[in-house]
This record gives sequence, C-alpha cells and structure tokens, in this order.
Amino acid sequence: MQFLLVMLVLCGATALIVSPLYGKRRGLIGDDAEQVALEAARDAKFREIRDAELDFRTGKLSKEDYRALDNSLRSEAIELLRRLDAARGVEVAE
Amino acid sequence: MTLGRACVILALAIAPIGAFASIYGARTRRREWVAVGRRSVYALAAVLTVAFIVLESAFLRSDFSFQIVATHSSIATPFFYKAAAMWSSQEGSLLLWMWLLSLWSSLVLFLTRNRLRELAPYATAVLLGFATFFGALVVFLANPFQLLSPAPGDGTGLQPLLRHPSMMIHPPMLYSGYTLFTVPFAFAVAALIARRTDAAWIRATRRFGLAAWCFLGIGILIGARWSWSELGWGGYWAWDPVENAALMPWLAGTAFLHSFMVQEKRGLLKMWNVCLVLGAGILAILGTFLVRSGILQSIHAFGGSTLGVPFLGFIALLVLGSVLLVASRREDLRSPEARSYSPLSRESIFLMNNVLLVGLCFVIFWGTFFPLISEAVTGNKASVGPPWFDRYTVPLAIGLVFLSGLGPLMAWRKTTLAGARRSVQGPGAFAVVVLVALLALGVPAKPGALALFACAAFAIGSVVQELYRGVAVRRATASEVAPVALVSVVRRNRRRYGGYIVHLGIALLFIGVGASAAFQHVRDVRLSPGKTATIGGYAVHYVRATSRVAPEKVTLGAVLDVSKDGRHVTTLRTTRGYYPSPDPTAGPVGQYFDGDSTTEVGLKAGLRRDIWTAVQPDVGAMQKMIDGIDKRFPLAQGDTQRFLLTAVAQRYVAAPPPAVFRLIVSPMVEWIWLGGIVLGLGGLIAIWPPPRAQRSRAPASSWSARLGRELSRA
Repeated sequence: MQFLLVMLVLCGATALIVSPLYGKRRGLIGDDAEQVALEAARDAKFREIRDAELDFRTGKLSKEDYRALDNSLRSEAIELLRRLDAARGVEVAE
Repeated sequence: MTLGRACVILALAIAPIGAFASIYGARTRRREWVAVGRRSVYALAAVLTVAFIVLESAFLRSDFSFQIVATHSSIATPFFYKAAAMWSSQEGSLLLWMWLLSLWSSLVLFLTRNRLRELAPYATAVLLGFATFFGALVVFLANPFQLLSPAPGDGTGLQPLLRHPSMMIHPPMLYSGYTLFTVPFAFAVAALIARRTDAAWIRATRRFGLAAWCFLGIGILIGARWSWSELGWGGYWAWDPVENAALMPWLAGTAFLHSFMVQEKRGLLKMWNVCLVLGAGILAILGTFLVRSGILQSIHAFGGSTLGVPFLGFIALLVLGSVLLVASRREDLRSPEARSYSPLSRESIFLMNNVLLVGLCFVIFWGTFFPLISEAVTGNKASVGPPWFDRYTVPLAIGLVFLSGLGPLMAWRKTTLAGARRSVQGPGAFAVVVLVALLALGVPAKPGALALFACAAFAIGSVVQELYRGVAVRRATASEVAPVALVSVVRRNRRRYGGYIVHLGIALLFIGVGASAAFQHVRDVRLSPGKTATIGGYAVHYVRATSRVAPEKVTLGAVLDVSKDGRHVTTLRTTRGYYPSPDPTAGPVGQYFDGDSTTEVGLKAGLRRDIWTAVQPDVGAMQKMIDGIDKRFPLAQGDTQRFLLTAVAQRYVAAPPPAVFRLIVSPMVEWIWLGGIVLGLGGLIAIWPPPRAQRSRAPASSWSARLGRELSRA
C-alpha cells in the first residue's frame, strides 16, 4: 500500500512538472517588462493623485501647492497612460 | 520506505530540478521551461502537503513507530497539543518551514503566472534554492520520518513548557513570517539579476512583505503573551536571542514597508530598498538558525542541534551573494534623477523612521551576538542584559512612536509650514494635556516613560485627527452618516488608513510597554497559609495549599486572596506541575519531582493593571517522605503509584510547608495585547486587495477625461 501511494505521488508530481514540455503553449516568452513597470508606475501615480487630493482636503496642502502638484501629477499620469498604450500596441489618439 | 520519507526525498529532488529549469527558461526565454520551474513549486507544495499530513496524522494517532512522535508526544498528551507537538521538535519544525515556504511560493507564482515574465523565473529559482537547502536538512540531518523498531508502548510526552494554547499558533505564525520574507527577497534578487530595478517587483511582492510583517508581529506578541502567562519568571520580553531573532527581520520589514512607498511614488531609495529586503530575508534565515542551532543561550533552547554549520554556510552564501549582486548592479540602482526632499514631507519622515528602525535593528543585532563577538575578540564569552538593551532601544523607540504620529500629518512631497502647524497643533495639544494630567495625577516623574506616553498620545491624536478629517471630507462629498463615511473612507484608501490604524496599535502597545516597564512592582515572598504580603497597595493573603494528581503530572499550588483597602479584589490560583522524569531509578514518587516542572500563573488581567503570581512550592520539605515511600515501594506502578502520589499530595495540603511566591502588580500590560490586535487589524486592512478595477484600453478623445475615468475606478 505504501509503495502504491509513493508511486502515485511520484507519477503525479512528474506529470505535473513535465507536462509543459509536451503541451501546446511552447515557444518564446514575450517581453512584458516595460508594460509591467509602466502599470506599476501608473498605479503608484494614481495613488499619488488621490493622496494629494486627500492631503489637500484634510488641510495638509495649501490650495496653490495642491493645484501645482495635481497638475504636475496628472501630466505625469497622462504620459504614463500614453506610454502604456504604446507598450500594449493600442493605437494612441492625440 | 514510508510515504512521508519518500515525499521529502522527492521534494529534495524537485527543488533543484525546478531551480535549474527556471534559470534555463529565463536564459533561453523558453516558456515551457519557465512553466516547468513554476510547476515544480506547485509539485513541491503538493508532496510536502502529503508529508505534512502523514506526520500530523502520526501524532494524532499516537503512532510511536515514528521516533519524533515517541519523543515529543504520549498517549496522555491532550489532542490539542498532539496536533501542535510536531513543531516542538527540530525535525517537525524544519518540515513546517519548508511546507510553508512551498505554499507561499506557490501562491506568489500563481498570482504572477502571466506577469513579470522576466523576473518570475529567477525568483522561482531563488525560492527553490531555499527549498533545496531546507530539503537537504530534512533529508540528511533532521529526518522527521525516522522509525523505531520495535515501537514503544508510549511516548515521553510534549515538553511541559510548550503545553499552552499559544504554542499551537506561535511557531506557525513566526515561520509564516520568516518564509513570507523570502518572497520579496527572491523578487529583489530576480530584479537585480534581470536589471529591472523599477517598482514592478515591489508592486508584485508588497503584500507578501506586509503579510510577513503581520504574521511575524503577531507571532512575536503571541510568544510574549505565552511568556507572561506561562513562564514563571514574570515578564513578557527578556531580550532573549530567539525573541531578538524574530524582532530583527520585523524591524527591517517595517522599514522597507515605509521606504517602498517612497520608491513607488518618487522613484527614490532603490538601493536602500533592495538592501533592506535582502537584509530582512537574511535576518529571517538567521532567526531560524538561532532557534534551531542553539548557538546562543536561550529559554527557547528546547533541544540541542547539529545544524549550526550548514546554516552558517547558507547564511554566508546569502550575504556574499547579496553583497556581490548589489555591488554589480549599483548603476541600475541609482535614482534616475536627483530629487530633493523637503524636510516637511512624508518621505522625509519615512527616511528618519528608516534610520531609527535600522539603528534599532543594529543595536539588537549587536546585543544578541555580543557573546560570540566578545568570545572571538577576547576569548571570554560575555553577554549583555536587559539594562544594556534598554539604554539604547528606549530612546530609539520613543523617536519611532513620535514619528508614527508625525508621518500621517505630513503631505507627500511638501507640506507648508502653516499647514504643518495646523496639522500638528491638535495632536500636540493632546500630548501636552496627557502629560500634564499624568503629572497632576501623581504619576512618578520618570522621564523615559513620560516621554513615551506623550509621544504615544501624540500618535493617537494624530491618527484620530486624520480619521476625523477623512470622515469630514467624505461626509461633505457623499452626504453619509459618520460611521458609513468612516467605513467608506477607509475602504477607498485601505493602504493609508490601514497604516494609520497600525500606528494606533503601535502607540497602544508602547503605552503598555512603557507603563509596565517603568511602574511595575515585583516582590518575592515566602509565605505560609494564613500569612499576608503587600505589594503595590494590594494585600495578598495565602489562603490554602492545593494539590492534584493526574496521569501525566502532580500539581501543587496555592489559593491567594487579593484585597485593596480591605475590599476583596480577586482570588488567584497558581500551581506548579511536576512531570515524571524518564529515569526509573528516581523512584515511583521521586521521579515526578526530578523531572520537568512548569508554572501555572495566577493572573487577574485588566486594562488598568495585571495582578500576577507564581508559586514555587518547597518540595524539599517533603523530600524525607518521598524518599521513604520510594525506598519502601521501589517498583510501584499504575494504581499503586497513583495512590502513593495522592498520599504525598494530600500531605502537602494537610501540612503545607511555606511556599515562595513571586508577586507582580504591573500596570497596563493588557494594552500590549490590545495594541497587537489593533495592529493586526490595521495590517489586514492595508493588505486587503482593492476591488479589481476595469480599465479602459480604448483610446479616449481626451486624455484628461480618460485619466479622470480611470482614477475613479482605481
């Protein structure tokens, strides 16, 4: 019984590990590094915009500072969205 | 060969094969080989789950043909503790470590299976490298599936000190923390190898770092609670090497969870973050090493070990590899442009907090390893005690609590002086009021404690103010009632408010630490029944002695009445349990008093103060009687032995000799556990994933409109 269980685990693990070598999804990996980096930067920028707004509304930023900061953050966010679209191969509208 | 043994050998085979496949896949960019590496991690988790179940079921069935079960459990061990007995052993805890590593590794690789294609294979290889090391330990040096033939009829039982509910979850929590720290470590190494040092790897592993931090923090606090309520020395923290070993990666983790945000938002501190993550990962392995090697004297030294050399070799490899990797990638780790910090900004506060946290970590590292350092330099093994640690850690801790209040009040990038003043004045006034009130109430003027209370009050005021302001903003924009607005504002800004709630927990925790450390009363007294001792304004009256004989132990104890100004406050019951030694020559009664013994603490816990006592019965006074019985009935067993033990126990109650009591009145200890619960809640809020946003991929006619749309969904 023990032997059968050992063989079952061995065969199961082997099948799980080697199956990609015989599967359909073989080939070269696409490069997603830039896209992933841009997505991370976009999400961080969105958080920054929301944080700046909350900082302003909770009295930590003056109106002038907030406006200047928000404009700059939004410009940076738009630039990131443009680059992200380009990295994804989406046609970019100007 | 048993199923469990076959599974760990298979795990040891899978790990290096998977690591090799991952590296090959990364170098050749072949998708199928990368998948082989990832699936190796899944297979590793599967076979280790089988091994874990085999061993756990052996404990639950009391299958003493397994050596580990025979030496760490017994028929009389309660079911609850049988389930936890596995990780009281070296072999079982290493298997637990490896199993948890495989589970977390599988989770992170599953979540990133279609992303981070450049980094994930290298991270897989690193995670499988860890698994290979621990697999080799489990297969060659600490085999949990060693069999005994013939199997004994009963086992020696679980170490008495570990018979506490905390022990069910304390080690798995710590090990979850340690193993989770390997995830950011692996992705940091991968980012360095692939030269992708942007924030993508941080984004992928931040939650794992946060989970590691939560698990480790809660595990440390559960251990402290166990120490307070189970160990008879009367404290929750002793600067023990194993306690310190868990605290160091937690501090490094606290630092990188803050500095991650600076890199995400500003692209700064890349080098610093990588070093912190690598340092936390290495400290996590060092923590396991300290627990398992027995290289330093510790109350956690439940057994000797032969694992020191392999662990040291592995840690040396990690340190050397990390240093070389960081040095070779220093150009990639430079910030893209020089960006200055405004002193009044959140990133500046984070930077200061990082300096203090790393300083604290260094102090603890130095104090922990001082015995080894001094032995290497002078030839004499000298150690440093709590006063040395307190001298350096208290000022740093006060600074950290202050910064935990100041950080939430500062805006990112820049806060104007007027804005900072506006934000600080409320919490600052609250801190001053608390300080004055404490002095007016006659709290002794201990500068360290008072400074800590003032800083904690400042932090609490700061978090309450931020929550209040956030709710006010939400109410103004969404017309919600205050409780709904509170939930909404926290849900929409989980990272921010989760972090604030963690800060609140830290403040509560340090209030408890400061009060209990500075204003605790401790007294050791020798009392006979009917006598009374006083401590901290309380009268403690020894009412009567107690005893109990159970199959696994003999318990001698005491009942004490506590009163204040003539009014009854509580009744405390404290006992000391005596477990039989395996040495049969000690006699049927004497063997119980020659073996291990543990204290059951009498504790009246409360938010204002804990009243704590532990008894040390004078067994020596009964030695003559015990020796006489052993001499007369040297071979007594079963019911006869139990009868004799009962006779001794009844004699103890009928004519109790004076017993030694440690009495402690410690203010606000419960705040530490309360702070821990709040801290865990905040961590959970911060870790909880936001609802998945549906992002538009279609180009918009107006970028501003699209940005607005995406922002509202994010």
